Amino acid sequence: MSEQPSPHLPEPDRPWLMRTYAGHSNAKASNELYRRNLAKGQTGLSVAFDLPTQTGYDPDHELARGEVGKVGVSVAHRGDMATLMDGIPLDQMNTSMTINATAAWLLALYIVAAEEHEVDQQALQGTTQNDIIKEFLARGTYAFPPAPSMRLTADMVAYTVEHVPRWNPINICSYHLQEAGATPVQEIAYALSNAIAVLDAVRERVSEDRMGRVFARISFFVNAGVRFVEEHAKLRAMATLWEELGRERYGVSDPTHLRFRYGVQVNSLGLTESQPENNVQRIVLEALAVTMGRNARARAIQLPAWNEALGLPRPWDQQWSLRIQQVLAFETDVLEYADIFEGSRVMDALVQELIEGSRAEMEVVVDHGGAVEAVPYMKAALVDSHRERVRRIESGEQVVVGQNRFTETEPSPLGGDGEVQVQVVDPAIEAEQVEALARWRSGRDGQAVRSALAALARVAEGEENIMPATIAAARAGATTGEWAQTLRDVFGEYRAPTGVGEASGAPDTEELDELRDEVARVSEALGRRIKLLVGKPGLDGHSNGAEQIAVRARDAGIEVVYEGIRLTPGQIARSAVQEGVHVIGLSILSGSHMNLIPDVITALGDAGAQVPIVVGGIIPEADAEALGESGVAAVYTPKDFDLTRIVRDIVALVAERHGVTAQA
Amino acid sequence: MTPAGRAPDGAELGARLRARDLSAAPAALNLLESRAPEDRRQAAALLGQLSPAALGGEASAHVVGITGPPGAGKSTLLSALAAAWRAQGRTVAVLAVDPTSRRSGGALLGDRARIEFDSHDEGVFVRSTAAGERLGGLAPATRAAAEALAAAYDVVVIETVGVGQAETEVADAVDTVAVIVQPASGDVLQFLKAGVMEIPDVLVVTKADLGKPALATVRDLRAALRSLGADGVPVVSVSSLAPPSGIEDLVGGLERHRAALDLPGRRRQARRAHALSDFLAEHGERGLRALGGRREAQRFLDQQDPGLDVASLTAALEARAPEQA
Repeated sequence: MSEQPSPHLPEPDRPWLMRTYAGHSNAKASNELYRRNLAKGQTGLSVAFDLPTQTGYDPDHELARGEVGKVGVSVAHRGDMATLMDGIPLDQMNTSMTINATAAWLLALYIVAAEEHEVDQQALQGTTQNDIIKEFLARGTYAFPPAPSMRLTADMVAYTVEHVPRWNPINICSYHLQEAGATPVQEIAYALSNAIAVLDAVRERVSEDRMGRVFARISFFVNAGVRFVEEHAKLRAMATLWEELGRERYGVSDPTHLRFRYGVQVNSLGLTESQPENNVQRIVLEALAVTMGRNARARAIQLPAWNEALGLPRPWDQQWSLRIQQVLAFETDVLEYADIFEGSRVMDALVQELIEGSRAEMEVVVDHGGAVEAVPYMKAALVDSHRERVRRIESGEQVVVGQNRFTETEPSPLGGDGEVQVQVVDPAIEAEQVEALARWRSGRDGQAVRSALAALARVAEGEENIMPATIAAARAGATTGEWAQTLRDVFGEYRAPTGVGEASGAPDTEELDELRDEVARVSEALGRRIKLLVGKPGLDGHSNGAEQIAVRARDAGIEVVYEGIRLTPGQIARSAVQEGVHVIGLSILSGSHMNLIPDVITALGDAGAQVPIVVGGIIPEADAEALGESGVAAVYTPKDFDLTRIVRDIVALVAERHGVTAQA
Repeated sequence: MTPAGRAPDGAELGARLRARDLSAAPAALNLLESRAPEDRRQAAALLGQLSPAALGGEASAHVVGITGPPGAGKSTLLSALAAAWRAQGRTVAVLAVDPTSRRSGGALLGDRARIEFDSHDEGVFVRSTAAGERLGGLAPATRAAAEALAAAYDVVVIETVGVGQAETEVADAVDTVAVIVQPASGDVLQFLKAGVMEIPDVLVVTKADLGKPALATVRDLRAALRSLGADGVPVVSVSSLAPPSGIEDLVGGLERHRAALDLPGRRRQARRAHALSDFLAEHGERGLRALGGRREAQRFLDQQDPGLDVASLTAALEARAPEQA
């Protein structure tokens, strides 16, 4: 007999839950998509909501314009939720909802939809993302200030532990931190600090003997980049730290409660617009990072599509990603062995390195007063890390195949520049949703809605758990916007810190130095320093690109008015006029550029301002041409990774518009 | 925005501001910020329209300085104050001054994102400016901008970052200075006691929702003021979180200071400080030495006709200083 235990498992492991982040237009169209995906072998649902639903606005709100049904499905009331889940067995389905500020509301709608199908809430399985701190840090779909937002989260955890026991009320997201530029150490440290803030808040709302069950309901949503060995080590490090945290801080002892459970969406930040076919191998390697070691394997996986950097993926693009998961689970032998890294000195040392780095960074967060108070610190640190990443790519230190190295290419049969097909949401959807909403409002018992919302307001003002009043409002037929506005009236509104003011400067390079001279020269000719307005119209909160441009423009000597996110076209025009800027830079990643940019141009015209506009974002070639025709001076997409060059273009544009002649 | 080739008419813009035409404000500030020679002439014409002589008295606005260390809650407070003033039917202009990067000369002006106001409301104006190379907090054109806007708006706020030095220069430019203090941060208290900073007109302690630390800070500041013989300076505790508190007290405190003020005297001081600041920007320390130093220059300004506007005061200083090589 050998002393070696068998490397083979007696039975191969069951595959992870396979999902596709999906949803668009209205509930009916998305329901059809879900049913098709399930028929293709997908084993769970991952609901993508549109930005108005995520930020708590109805489709007819001013800020919703251009965004209805765009990056996900519009769900305005329980009728929409019922349609969305029509024909799907809710007692068997495992549904993940990417929903945060309005998570309590969407869970309430889901519970009410289940009631209508005679499924008790005790039977429901799934996840509400519900991680508000990362919304302040990276994703931008917050609605209320930090303290009441944390209270809503704690209320949901306390409620679901008792009444929806198989639900994961919160998915602490390190995913978006990496998308915002976090290093592995930052990703671990900020996610765990965030979990501590949530658990501490819940501890005040449940009895001590419930903490084990609470701890067990906290799951994570992580990212995996293409450095897949280190990424795997990162997950092992998180598992170790998580268990330690449970034992030491919360007195949890049951091993099943201490298990680190996570779902994953692999990296989108590293996906390129140039030679997009290369993204397929990036996605495969990243999927390997979260599946190859049994001790830190994902419970649920969703993969991005190969053409994400070009626009919204079509169902066929998403199917390709589902097939990657299926090949990994059903063709390879990855599920047949015990943990393949156990006893690896290299892996153990790598994990230890990450654990030590993370502990140190978590201390810094504690010094700032914990995750909620440390949001400005963490935000600035992320902006800094992202700036460093951009610099390494610009300088070629970090290789991105097909983008900054090996850029030669044969003509692609998948379509070259401007020919790759992406999903287009029918622009008529928005008007249809607005009409449907009006019909819903006129068909319901108005008095019942008013009294349900009044009761909700009373609960919000007090200490009682928000969930029962929220579920009652859902039953009465209140809308997403009404629920959120009721809470906004009690909690107040909030704007998260931007992180750009604190970001450190770019290292001096010859190129930047020359650009500063040019900025000084043009400014002198203008009479005052070049002034640039940077902002994001619409509800899209992905502000990394806008922040990086703002910081680089400052480093080039420009005065930058950074307006942040969630601006109406009217606000942008007004700011441009009041601030007297020479040029406007707008960033949109949600696909609503064809609605919002022309609106900004019209608003500027109405205000009598002639200010040139440049636009950055995920913008298909054909749209870029159309924007150019409607008066946009330049369009930049993810393939334009050289920020200094973009800023130089902006300076040249200002010079040209003001008749400042080029330098001899 | 001035399209190339068409110089804006300073006198016309000045006249529009005098008639309280708020839509003239952006173009007026573009002009006042410009260093181009023709723009400078037009800017002088603009301010000429708004001198006490032209207005028949001092501009009616209440010019308020709000200053304090980063993170003290200035922008949030300003959002609440602006809402309170608007509720009284008063128009508000905010000049937000952010620091300039010494290395690149660029600046990130983030206040616009932090100050919340109803974006449809034409009665609120926010302009962000970079402090430029001058230490001490104020952008070169901020004094001129405040003077111009004071003719058209009911309240003009200059918001600056800093503690210990910044408020000194702000004090020269406004009717009332409010210094913002964050609970449990000792700097303002230390600077007050040590005489590093001048005693402000109003002290504001933010984050009253924190409870004890805020109360302790209020108590410490009151004790320090007593020991400096400045019991009359109000210390107001505010919370900008919903539901906001203390904002009405603060509005009242600012109001009372202004009502008790010798306004023509303070404005005259502001114009003299402005003229000296412009002279310094143009002629530097050598110019100042030619006038016999700062104190001598101030004494000379004090002897000038109280009705003179900034341009005339600057010209008088230039005439007195022997020509610089």
